[in-house]
Amino acid sequence: MAAHAAVPPPAPETGLLAEDRIAVATQWQLMWWRFRKHRLAAGGTIVLIAFYLLSLFADFFAYADPQESEAQRSLMAPQEIHWFDGGSFSPHVYALTGTRDPLTFKRVYVPDPAKKIPITFFGHGEPYELFGFIPCDRHLIGVSGAKAGESLFLLGTDMQGRDLWSRLMYATRTSMTIGLVSVALSLILGVVLGGISGYFGGWIDTVIQRIIEILRSIPTIPLWMGLAAALPPDWDVVKVYFAITIIISLIGWTELARVVRGRFISLKQEDFVMAAELLGCSKARIIFRHMVPSFISHIIAATTLAIPAIIISETSLSFLGLGLRPPAISWGVLLQDAQNIQALVISPWLLYPSVAVIVAVLAFNFMGDGIRDAADPYL
Amino acid sequence: MVAYVVRRLLLAVLTVWAISVLSFMIIHLPPGDYVTSYIASMSASGSAVSEGEANALREQLGLDKPITVQYAKWMGLMLQGNFGMAMEWGRPVSDVIGDRLTLTMVISVAAIIFTWALALPIGIYSAVYPYSFADYVFTFVGFIGLAIPGFLLALVVMYVGFAYFGANVGGLFSPDFAEAPWSLAKIWDLTKHLPIPAVVLGVSGTAQLIRIMRSNLLDELRKPYVMTARARGLSEYRVIMRYPVRVALNPFVSTIGYLLPYVVSGSIIVSLVLSLPTVGPLLLKALIAQDMFLAGTIVLLLGVMTVIGTFISDLLLMWVDPRIRLGRQ
Repeated sequence: MAAHAAVPPPAPETGLLAEDRIAVATQWQLMWWRFRKHRLAAGGTIVLIAFYLLSLFADFFAYADPQESEAQRSLMAPQEIHWFDGGSFSPHVYALTGTRDPLTFKRVYVPDPAKKIPITFFGHGEPYELFGFIPCDRHLIGVSGAKAGESLFLLGTDMQGRDLWSRLMYATRTSMTIGLVSVALSLILGVVLGGISGYFGGWIDTVIQRIIEILRSIPTIPLWMGLAAALPPDWDVVKVYFAITIIISLIGWTELARVVRGRFISLKQEDFVMAAELLGCSKARIIFRHMVPSFISHIIAATTLAIPAIIISETSLSFLGLGLRPPAISWGVLLQDAQNIQALVISPWLLYPSVAVIVAVLAFNFMGDGIRDAADPYL
Repeated sequence: MVAYVVRRLLLAVLTVWAISVLSFMIIHLPPGDYVTSYIASMSASGSAVSEGEANALREQLGLDKPITVQYAKWMGLMLQGNFGMAMEWGRPVSDVIGDRLTLTMVISVAAIIFTWALALPIGIYSAVYPYSFADYVFTFVGFIGLAIPGFLLALVVMYVGFAYFGANVGGLFSPDFAEAPWSLAKIWDLTKHLPIPAVVLGVSGTAQLIRIMRSNLLDELRKPYVMTARARGLSEYRVIMRYPVRVALNPFVSTIGYLLPYVVSGSIIVSLVLSLPTVGPLLLKALIAQDMFLAGTIVLLLGVMTVIGTFISDLLLMWVDPRIRLGRQ
């Protein structure tokens, strides 16, 4: 492959000359070198790792119960952290007292500099079960001498007085995993149908291609809205979660199928495939042993690029109130509170979850672009 | 050429049929029907509906027949242009939807025009001066544009308008014109309100199109015929605009096919945030009330409109691309 010459390899470590290293490098090594050069992609990957760590350890990063509402703490602004106390490092927040403005009936919160609440890191707090079975009560952030849920509001609170920071941690878990589950379903549909279409060709190809064309020319949001609205209202959170992932992937597989089909068609003409055929390999062996390994990187790239669209779909549906419903917490559910413009002007922090959406989607796009460029220098 | 048109037309008809089945299915997926939710809302407001009344209502609305019969009946009515009654409103569906559907299409087309007007020059510029500072800026802005869902952008626009300018930037008409019959003044009022929704809707499509245009044109510019044109001493403007841009434009036109469903789909949710009088808010309400005729008709008509738009873009493609016009596929 002529493209190898274009990869400037990292400095030789093993004493081999640069060209030798390229000559003996595996396909994956070549991809990895190319991928590392792509700054934005590397940055995106780091951000995504951070997001998934956050999802995995959401209970650790959150410090309050995301469901505990308290009218006395409704719509608090993000709290200011004071890092120093009289010159020495001792992070603390001021205790807040809430009163109702007699003129506007809006709740106002006044910090009391006399009552300092020290912030602790890795301290004890609300008990939870790590990964669902390890009892634990350590949290990244907490306070000493009070309940964190009652005195710490890093991102403020929502209408029902629930802590936005803690809710955002759990929402990240839901929204980031819904992307993965849904893309896995789309991937299965896309690879199977795209593979059949590309490998066998003929009328099967025509039929599948027409189905894809038809699906792509239907406006998706009305369709999703219709399907989501059809979910029985008495379903629990888990059922709705899976139903939404299925609904989204039912329409989302077309792009993946297109990529897989294209790869199949171009690979079918390669000499090594013909060689395998002449040697009498079975169809399954040709597909899985010879063809799939040579385009799996493309599938990974297409999959990565499909996830952001799924995240946006889930967020949009939940924002409309047709996707996940409370008590489920996702980015879209959080943003539902921001629907009312008047409320938003009074408490702009309700829009903060959107930053998470945008950053995650950007990171996925950057990473996907990087993988695609690394996988195929000709594209 | 005829074969191409016929093939596209057949596909369009097939798509419309698929959409009709899907929209009919959607409406029948939820357990219970309109009458069930009607009873629920009546009993919530304190008045009860007897079994007999419920059955009479079902019969009157044709809800007691088997599903295939209901579908056939529904399709028959649709083909005659009789869209049935919007149950919640007690008015014919066509009355309820009429203007809103037109406005949905007006907004979508405005968004696409905006997309084109912006993506074309920027795409050409980025390809002619690749890796220049402006190219990087456009790429970056484009990425952000892709990452922001339409409804979020709409929220931010509403927020900025409200918080910093004290103005409600939503809606498509001034209060004076909202209920007025159509007139030149009303159309002018609409034109003044169009840019914000068009921009909000068009941003992510623009970002995609810029990238497509840039990579297409970059490919073309590397080809020998461009060098030939330059060697013959044609002006730089002619070298670029006369041939490579025309070739690069082809995939550009064919993207309308998927840009239109995308924009129409986005307009539904953006309309809710910007409170635009399109079918978006109506669809949401109908779905919540399980008004099958209304919701079904909206999904169906939106789909049909999109298919027609796509078909027009296919014809446009034929006009732009001589290879299709002259019979090769």
